[in-house]
Amino acid sequence: MKKISKTTRSNIVTYAMVILAFVIMQSLIAGGQVSSALKGQLVPICVYICMAISLNLTVGILGELSLGHAGFMSVGAFTGVIAAMSLQTLPAPARLLLAIVIGGIMAAVAGVIVGVPVLRLQGDYLAIVTLAFGEIIKNLLNNIYVGVDGHGLHFSVTDSASLGLEGGIVLINGPMGAVGIEKLSTFLAGVLLILFVLTVTLNLIRSRSGRAIMAVRDNRIAAESVGINVTKYKLMAFVTSAAMAGMAGALYALNYSSVLPKKFDFNTSILVLVFVVLGGMGNIRGSIIAATVLTILPEALRAVNDYRMLLYAIVLILVMLVTNNPTLKNGWNVVKEKLAFWRKKTPVTAEKGGGADE
Amino acid sequence: MSKMVPVPSNSIIPERDLNKTPVLETRHLGIDFGGLTAVENFDLTIGRTEIAGLIGPNGAGKTTVFNLLTKVYQPTRGTILLNGVDTANMNAVQVSKAGIARTFQNIRLFSNLTVEDNVKIGLHNSVNAGMFSSILRLPRHWRSERDAHERALELLSIFDMQDLANHEAGALPYGVQRRLEIVRALATNPSLLLLDEPAAGMNPSETAELMENIRKIRDTFQIAIMLIEHDMNLVMGICEGIAVLNYGKIIAKGTPAEIQNNPQVIEAYLGKQKEG
Repeated sequence: MKKISKTTRSNIVTYAMVILAFVIMQSLIAGGQVSSALKGQLVPICVYICMAISLNLTVGILGELSLGHAGFMSVGAFTGVIAAMSLQTLPAPARLLLAIVIGGIMAAVAGVIVGVPVLRLQGDYLAIVTLAFGEIIKNLLNNIYVGVDGHGLHFSVTDSASLGLEGGIVLINGPMGAVGIEKLSTFLAGVLLILFVLTVTLNLIRSRSGRAIMAVRDNRIAAESVGINVTKYKLMAFVTSAAMAGMAGALYALNYSSVLPKKFDFNTSILVLVFVVLGGMGNIRGSIIAATVLTILPEALRAVNDYRMLLYAIVLILVMLVTNNPTLKNGWNVVKEKLAFWRKKTPVTAEKGGGADE
Repeated sequence: MSKMVPVPSNSIIPERDLNKTPVLETRHLGIDFGGLTAVENFDLTIGRTEIAGLIGPNGAGKTTVFNLLTKVYQPTRGTILLNGVDTANMNAVQVSKAGIARTFQNIRLFSNLTVEDNVKIGLHNSVNAGMFSSILRLPRHWRSERDAHERALELLSIFDMQDLANHEAGALPYGVQRRLEIVRALATNPSLLLLDEPAAGMNPSETAELMENIRKIRDTFQIAIMLIEHDMNLVMGICEGIAVLNYGKIIAKGTPAEIQNNPQVIEAYLGKQKEG
């Protein structure tokens, strides 16, 4: 058996963490020890974890700032609802899967539309354009009416009456958002989506394409000088990231009976960005932990409702102080060295061993 | 005085390369930045396995020439023939694929990545696993990763750097970073390697070692190397042909011995001699 490298080991820990958390939660639910408030949070936590991982691909790995990630989430959410609700004949898991796939594809298309013109530029243009994109999508969805009947899908931009439905149902009702959604999302589906998003992201990072993406981040001119097509790899990372946000959006929407376009506004984009920044840019496991903690925290603080946002802010500031504290960092490094000492092989020799026995 | 300048550029091509297509040929190459002419009438031919030097005082336009050849800047005038092919319509990426690799005066490594990854990024266009085969971890991905790993270690062995493969590139000492940049450039499988001040910041013994290595690289890979350098021991020691640039124009071309005795070159470096 090959000795495994440091990054492989770190990836295995990440997967194991997610699976372990799932098993623990499932057994707690079976034992009836989970409050209904927390149960309601399970799917949103999964969604925000996926969002954080996907945004980390754009912000941490590609090094471009996106301020409209909720926009891609909403594209996935609304197309996912349309897909799931207009295919009533299929069994529920198949409809959920199809909704997630279609949500991902449509968000990827939106990613291409935004990315192709913008990613050719250098500088902070992506942040500006994605910010605008998020607002545009929100306003667009406020004015779209979609219904389904025996004849298929009907679209309108005036009102739900002009859809001309013959006994069908209205799926998206303008400012009221997606209505009458069947709750198809489950905790299991959420965890599976996390594992999928995690696999795509980690496998992409550790590959020829991933190295090219990080090369573009670290030094664009040097990347071009070794023959890397900068625009292509920027687009690859950005569109993958948008697609995963769309999938998360579909899962999110199918967890509620109705979803407002307003839900996917600038605040949501910033919230996801906060997960990424607090978890550490480029640190996928950090994103997962930050998304989990910061989604549970506001609910956990509900007991002291009046001071909730105040405490939330204080926790955020504390986390930032602690993660940048040199004394604590040094302390952590000392612990790590001690751990490394007790391990028989240091990571460096382990990596070399992996290559030697090809 | 003007007849001291060897006019036909071919005069600096080493004998062994005379019958082959030159790796690089520039004709009347020039670029203007606004009203400022940075490089003008740059004519140069480099033989298949030649080590050529480009020298000149600070601000003469040496790095600009490199930037023109690698299409960081598009030339205003003139043509660049790379292995006989006109690069007029190529961008930086295509020029790299066509066979020019370079290092940078102020080191440009992918500093957050490991040494091995830096070299693997240089190998980008010679391994061919696409995004989907990588995400799905198909056999093609593993094959190309194994090839890249083996070739990266092979290339690192030129400078005896295999043991540093897992170190972060940005944390390496300056001299090692310079060497890594050369390895990364070589990984792109070039026919012409451009080195921008490879000996900057090196001590005399490191420079001597570097000279050996530059020769070794030329001999092993059978490629042409063009270097910008201020260290005259290095330039005179290993270059077979030298071009001297001053104020964006070539003022002299020739062998090291010719250049050393060229009055115009001496004037450009030391100032005008007083009339005796």
